[in-house]
Amino acid sequence: MTEKKIEKLYVSDREIVIPGDVLAEGMSYLPSGRAMREDNKIIATSLGLTNIKGHVIKIIPLAGRYIPKRGDAVIGKITGIARHGWRVDIRCPFDADLPISEASQSYIDTNRYPMSKYFDVGDYIFASIFDISENRFIKLSTKNRPYRKLHNGIIIEVSPTKIPRIIGKQGSMIKMLKENSGCDILVGQNGWVWIKNDDPEKQMLMSKAIRKIETESHTTGLTDKIKKMLNTKGGKK
Amino acid sequence: MGGKSDKPLIVKGKRLDGRTAEELRPFKIKAGIIKQADGSCELEFGETKVIAGVYGPKKVLPKHLEENTRAFLKVTYSMIPFSTSERNRPGPSRRSKEISKVIKDALAPAINLEKYPQTCIDIHIEITNANAGTRTSAINAATVALIDAGIEMRDVVASIAAGKVEDQVILDLFQDEDNFGQADLPIAMMPRTGEITLVQMDGDMTAAEIKKAIDMCEKACLKIAKVQRKAIIDEYKNNEVKNNE
Amino acid sequence: MNNKENSNLKDYLSKLLKKKIREDGRKPFDYRKISVETGILSQANGSARVKLGDTEVLAGVKIGAGTPYPDGPADGTLMVNSELSPIASDRFESGPPSPASIELSRVIDRAIRESGTIDVSKLCIKSGEKVWMVFVDVYPINDDGNLFDIGLIAAMAALKNARMPKYDEKTEQVNHRELTKDKLPINEEPVMCTFGKLDGEIFVDSTEREELVMDSRLSIGITKKGNICAMQKGGEGTITSSEMMDMIKKAQELSKDLRKNL
Repeated sequence: MTEKKIEKLYVSDREIVIPGDVLAEGMSYLPSGRAMREDNKIIATSLGLTNIKGHVIKIIPLAGRYIPKRGDAVIGKITGIARHGWRVDIRCPFDADLPISEASQSYIDTNRYPMSKYFDVGDYIFASIFDISENRFIKLSTKNRPYRKLHNGIIIEVSPTKIPRIIGKQGSMIKMLKENSGCDILVGQNGWVWIKNDDPEKQMLMSKAIRKIETESHTTGLTDKIKKMLNTKGGKK
Repeated sequence: MGGKSDKPLIVKGKRLDGRTAEELRPFKIKAGIIKQADGSCELEFGETKVIAGVYGPKKVLPKHLEENTRAFLKVTYSMIPFSTSERNRPGPSRRSKEISKVIKDALAPAINLEKYPQTCIDIHIEITNANAGTRTSAINAATVALIDAGIEMRDVVASIAAGKVEDQVILDLFQDEDNFGQADLPIAMMPRTGEITLVQMDGDMTAAEIKKAIDMCEKACLKIAKVQRKAIIDEYKNNEVKNNE
Repeated sequence: MNNKENSNLKDYLSKLLKKKIREDGRKPFDYRKISVETGILSQANGSARVKLGDTEVLAGVKIGAGTPYPDGPADGTLMVNSELSPIASDRFESGPPSPASIELSRVIDRAIRESGTIDVSKLCIKSGEKVWMVFVDVYPINDDGNLFDIGLIAAMAALKNARMPKYDEKTEQVNHRELTKDKLPINEEPVMCTFGKLDGEIFVDSTEREELVMDSRLSIGITKKGNICAMQKGGEGTITSSEMMDMIKKAQELSKDLRKNL
């Protein structure tokens, strides 16, 4: 008796799934993202959207907090000063540090100046994660451009799962946002977005636009909608 | 349990609230009701009402509770003071501490805790109106809140209680049956795999009655899991529909 | 309120306020949208669920019987309690009530008690032996600021919704399962306006982000007649007496609309 081989896909592309959903049966399918194999089944492991390419079934999460990865660009807030560097909150469960040696290309003379001259408690920075140790201690770097201290501006909080939409394909959304508002914008993978403009009302409009992108992330024609919003509101002034 | 009702609880196969032995109370589930939380849920099972909120994965406090290879799961079940017939004094009781623990043990097998080492997943469950079945409702609500929070899991957890009233095995006891019945048997399970994650029992039942009760609970859990799933899908679909207008 | 840590946010919100506008587009003295639902919980004698923007609060009333205090042998008792459950915000912690939750309880309690809202002399069952005890519990479900004003509306809505339980004279016990048609003896409808002050700018109905950076706040309880029944200043900043008088005047105006929610 030959064993019956089932090869079957149970979901279509861009479908919302939840943990435990059986996505496909058969050894030819491969799980990716928030999906796993259990025997000959592919199972979703979190709330997400299906993305099917051939036999690869990927689940893109629709919710969840930021989990740091090496190389990510993040926005952090200086929360403390220690001997070896600055303690930074990057909105994740783990402690992060900006070591003195990673802070700047130029020499930081801690004998001449207090460390708060460079980065003070409450300052925001744009930084990259250059190392995560085995016990999840995170090291940041602001050594290379565009990483740096963020002067003035405001920080708004969005869901980290919506960051790709705010950036857009090849950065198209963020480019449009900047061009149509005159605001400086930096986006951290950890879900913090920095907006800067001397006019607080422009900052307010931009934070509204970004919130709109966050809540309407899976709708079509979003770029045009946001563009219109920025231009009509801005035009009134 | 143990008391004596002054009127029969089952008449001609119908229970006092008109249900048959295997009928569930009407129930509804809504996801995403607490903006501050990472995930949340509001659930009604008959007159029992529950709100659940999930915060995390976040920093573990106090630090010594941190686990190196997996998330620390913290469950707080509590009854708000006006949820019971006599005012319930705020603050944890021995009962609420035990229930918090069994709920934690019922949810943990479904959560991929090892994906979140050195973090804490905090689940808060408030019973806002109690009419029997609060722990099973709490598990159903907490599961939806966990999914809503984007936590990685192997399956959903669905929960229901069976019991014995006037020598009959019945499903989903309400207050009077819980007070005057002969046994209460809450169960939680993962419907896809069929694994049981919570069992408690008090009263007096034969092995055959327990078998019957478990069978009933299994069927009911499949039904509940479908509604849990729909609550999540509805929340995310609704966003889509609203936004396309 | 660590203002150094949030100096950018503070600067931004204060610049907007100087232009008489808030982050969410409101003017300084606009309240967010309020909605009230009552009678939603079967175990409570009275209940209310109130929303103010994204802030949401549940309040419930339980009425029991107990021995009166020696100084008022024929008077019933009233107790207001609130619990800042961690379900409502990451900033709240489990454990014994925090100073913030005790302050919230006591300010709401004062507004209700001092305005004589409940006529406790009508809550006597048997003088010197048994009186009605009224408990109001206020439970935030989601905290996006201004729990004082909305907490009082929720408490008042639940009190107005409440019905007395049945008292069995023979057994001298309260039958919690049977409610009578009788309502609580309510004489007054206090509401509260809480003002925030940030860099000298005054506004009402603060959001969580505004509360994070504002210098001080003043809560003012107002009776139907427009009198003041409770006040509480909070925050580490100051207010001037002329600011206070302006706030009282504004509270008297705003209280009329707030009371429409009861």
